[in-house]
Amino acid sequence: MIEIRDLVKNFPGRKVIDGISADIKEGELFSVIGPSGTGKSTFIKCLIRLLRPDSGQILVDGQDIAAAKNEFVLAKIRRNFGYLFQEGALFDSLTVLENVSFGLKYLTDTPKSDYPRIVREKLALVGLKDVEHLKPAELSVGMKKRVSLARSIAASPKYMLYDEPTTGLDPVTTGMVKDLITDMRAKLGITSIVVTHDLTLALEISSRVAMLTGGKFVEVGEPAKFRQSENKAVKEFMEISHLSRK
Amino acid sequence: MKFSFTEKVGHEFLGLAQALGGAALMIKSVAFWLFRARFEGGEIAKQAVKIGVDSFTVTALTSFFTGMVLALQMGQSTKNLFNEPLYVGTMVAFSMLKELGPVLTSIVVAGRAGAVVTAEIGTMQVTEQIDALYTLGTNPTRYLLVPRYIAFIITLPLLTVFADFIGVLGGCIVGVVKLGVPSSVYFDDIFTYLEMTDFMHGFLKTYVFAFMIATVSCYKGLNTRGGAEGVGKSTTEAVVLSMVLVMVLDYFISAFLVAVGI
Repeated sequence: MIEIRDLVKNFPGRKVIDGISADIKEGELFSVIGPSGTGKSTFIKCLIRLLRPDSGQILVDGQDIAAAKNEFVLAKIRRNFGYLFQEGALFDSLTVLENVSFGLKYLTDTPKSDYPRIVREKLALVGLKDVEHLKPAELSVGMKKRVSLARSIAASPKYMLYDEPTTGLDPVTTGMVKDLITDMRAKLGITSIVVTHDLTLALEISSRVAMLTGGKFVEVGEPAKFRQSENKAVKEFMEISHLSRK
Repeated sequence: MKFSFTEKVGHEFLGLAQALGGAALMIKSVAFWLFRARFEGGEIAKQAVKIGVDSFTVTALTSFFTGMVLALQMGQSTKNLFNEPLYVGTMVAFSMLKELGPVLTSIVVAGRAGAVVTAEIGTMQVTEQIDALYTLGTNPTRYLLVPRYIAFIITLPLLTVFADFIGVLGGCIVGVVKLGVPSSVYFDDIFTYLEMTDFMHGFLKTYVFAFMIATVSCYKGLNTRGGAEGVGKSTTEAVVLSMVLVMVLDYFISAFLVAVGI
């Protein structure tokens, strides 16, 4: 379980996260939505301490990642997480095999001889095969995203963080990524947090949706309840996204 | 928004203090991981090839022609003064071993390998690959910086030794072909007047230059912001700063080494 308490993050001259609190339960698929520039990526980066919060707590199974001072403690907590980056963030100089097995090498004690088998399994899970020898530059955008997802789940994380998973993808690939996210939760039981500006995606796949605006969650609820929200920001965002409230 | 002169100076000063502090913290982190990280022999070898082996041709060409032009200028000068070219070997070897070998090699490595390192790390920074390292249980200092520091510190002194030798050889060719100095006289001059401390004077400098180039290149790479444009800007800044620092440090290290008798 991830418990977020009064999370605050400022950048010089700008308040981005202004006292967010939320509990993300085991097995849940929690989406954070909001227009670009509202601090969604800042929020998700704080969860894994890629950014250090100014104040507040982020308890991951009881351990406060926001307060972790020691590099090794931080790495130990981060082991619970997989992270899908907006652009994939695959290592250009490594092959798909080396990219996907990277986490196995540094996060687990898996024998090196098992890497090819595990990599093949994870790639199959995201619908790819026979790409192990390719470099990221030889892959399409959709394939990169899937390889990146395979890399994120290779070390069997308990929590998955998705940063704008469908940005820049065509409708077919968007559908594919959407299925992958729900599959990860259904097949592997991974607790997932998705930040996206794609309201349609959030409402389709999530168990709960939170609207981030002005540095706060102005609405949190199940998709059906969220659609009915009377909050002005939610209503405006629904209108912009051309979604009906039914 | 307009800033006064004092505000601009203050801003620049703060920026410099921040950069120095950041670089110091980075060096501390490199020292920390140097003794704790799993030994990545393959990665170090890969970087040594990129930094050292790939810079060999340019270094060799630079020092070869520098040695040639040194011999030509010195030979002609002594010929004009004394009617024969004197001490060509000694002067070429002195210049190459003590100053030109280490300085030119460091400038070539800063321009070639330093640029590669900054561009590579900078691209990783702007495409979130550095963040990805953290999420995959790897500290970027351990995975990226330590192998590059080691590679710079191993390869730059080695390249300098080759550059010294090639420069002296270039001087010899001009001495024999153009100035009519027998090769035995050329090398005899070198072995008569040159001492081991002359070689060490230049050789020791390269360790400082290697450390400085690694620090500047890695620091600029890690602090790259703003996409492809930012990568270009960081790379240019890293190369220019490294080259200027090679020249500045050269004077101070030379002064120190002379003071301690090397």
